[in-house]
Amino acid sequence: MLYREAGDFKTTYAKDQALIPIRQDRVMLYIAIALALLLPFVASDYFLGSIAIPVLIMVIAATGLNLLLGYCGQISLGSGAFMAAGAYMAYKCATAFPWLPMPVSIILAGLATAMIGIAFGLPAVRIKGFYLAVATLAAQFFLLWLFTHVPWFVNYTMSGVPTPPPATVLGVYVTGADAPNWAKYLFVLSFTAFLTWIAYNLVRSRIGRSWMAIRDMDIAAELIGIRPLWTKLTAFAISSFYCGVAGALWSFCFINTVEPTAFDINRSFQILFMVIIGGLGSILGSYFGAIFITLFPIFLNSAPAWLGLDIPGDIITHLEFMIFGAMIVFFLIVEPNGLARLWQLGKEKLRLWPFPH
Amino acid sequence: MAENLLTVENITLRFGGVKALTDVSFDILKGEIRAIIGPNGAGKSSMLNCINGFYHPQEGRITYKGQTRKQMRPYEAASQGIARTFQNIALFRGMSVLDNVMTGRVLKMKSSLLEQAFYFGRARSEEISHRSKVEEVIDFLEINAIRKTPVGRLPYGLQKRVELARALAAEPELLLLDEPMAGMNVEEKEDMSRFILNVNAEFGTTIALIEHDMGVVMDLSDRVVVLNYGEKLADGTPDVVRSNQAVIDAYLGASH
Repeated sequence: MLYREAGDFKTTYAKDQALIPIRQDRVMLYIAIALALLLPFVASDYFLGSIAIPVLIMVIAATGLNLLLGYCGQISLGSGAFMAAGAYMAYKCATAFPWLPMPVSIILAGLATAMIGIAFGLPAVRIKGFYLAVATLAAQFFLLWLFTHVPWFVNYTMSGVPTPPPATVLGVYVTGADAPNWAKYLFVLSFTAFLTWIAYNLVRSRIGRSWMAIRDMDIAAELIGIRPLWTKLTAFAISSFYCGVAGALWSFCFINTVEPTAFDINRSFQILFMVIIGGLGSILGSYFGAIFITLFPIFLNSAPAWLGLDIPGDIITHLEFMIFGAMIVFFLIVEPNGLARLWQLGKEKLRLWPFPH
Repeated sequence: MAENLLTVENITLRFGGVKALTDVSFDILKGEIRAIIGPNGAGKSSMLNCINGFYHPQEGRITYKGQTRKQMRPYEAASQGIARTFQNIALFRGMSVLDNVMTGRVLKMKSSLLEQAFYFGRARSEEISHRSKVEEVIDFLEINAIRKTPVGRLPYGLQKRVELARALAAEPELLLLDEPMAGMNVEEKEDMSRFILNVNAEFGTTIALIEHDMGVVMDLSDRVVVLNYGEKLADGTPDVVRSNQAVIDAYLGASH
């Protein structure tokens, strides 16, 4: 009774194919957008800078991997390296063309990363599954090696770890050390919202259906007239574009340095976990996964203090790893389809509640 | 005399040392229902796979719509109007019925990637115009009630019907059906036979079907080609084939 589509009739295909066909869902979305925009007024600086910004950036990266893995069925362990590529490309763009508006530099970095993604996606034409995972690992190691060993990428900075140049949007600093957290938050939020909208559009269009067709039954897809090469490579390109933008934002709006260690293999695995825990083949799942994987360790870390327990810091860290790992295993057994599936089940229950038959 | 839609000539297909097809020739006329029958392992599915370019025969030629090729390519076959269903259902299990059928129209959509990303222009208008086309097919095959259901949740008989819908959505000229009635009960077979006849009558679609149920084959098809161990045994109208001694021997076993 609380959540239902009865009475919400559609009279045209256009309305039935709208992005969010159910009225209540639309209202929920408007509320969510309003809350997101109001957050800078109520949240602390710590919350904005250390929780909201990284979560929103990781949502972009997780959405990118979800398009590739969840929708097109091509596994990649190179997401971290593609984030690094985005960060370095954005740095090169922003320093070589300082007159370019910062959003344009970041989009250009994303496009450059998409090219790199296509190059490393080429093996997917021939190989699948675990073998492809190993092939994309090559991207992870090669790209990071490249960025650390070729000084051109860091403009021959002595330290090898340059700081992104400060830049303004509408007169407010959004990158660099002087940028206030609320401005960085809104900057990142606009990217996340925009790219989420794009992702939803892609998966409900021809390209999204082609990806899913390749994922579910590649032979049938080919015989229908879907070209596997083109379809897989667009998935790699778009996924890398998302990761590239996420990496650029991570460097420019969060850690404020361009360094390879932020994008090592652990980052790739973190994004992979987000997609799996959140829900493969669900954009909303990327949000759930990014929030869960980012916030849960923070929660575990601060829970003993809230409970008044006096546990030494190193033990807390070890406990955090153990509980977090156990949670992931537990979760994969109980609900292998991810948090998005739980959300969907909840909605289906609510449709019938309180009359279950 | 109707014109030839497809002619296969002297097709030989080998997998290493195994000969799946040996020197098989037959033709399919425009607008007819052509059955390919034969015992298990006779090479029927391999024949369909050669026709739509999934297998490449080592010898022989395929002439489709007047163009002769040594071998087809799947993309080429699909864009020239050859659609098919599969013996073991090959639906996209994670997608809804509607999305599966919409996927069948992939080659008819022309919008660019950018238009799709922003869902404007052709991407938007195509989604809507193709949706109404797809709804016609859904109406035709009477699967309206399940259009938003993920196909993985559907019973077997309905999945077969959705697969036919996906093939029909492409508006094919030649429809290849690989055992459309395998594993169905009598009512489901009757439904499927009705759909096949209706497709043939209403859209004028040429149909090549593989089927094991002889009653269905004899009732539905205009002409039958019989394969056995990769070789053509007989070719002709159902009555001719039924009375052919070699066919009877292949199916019932000959006395030695």
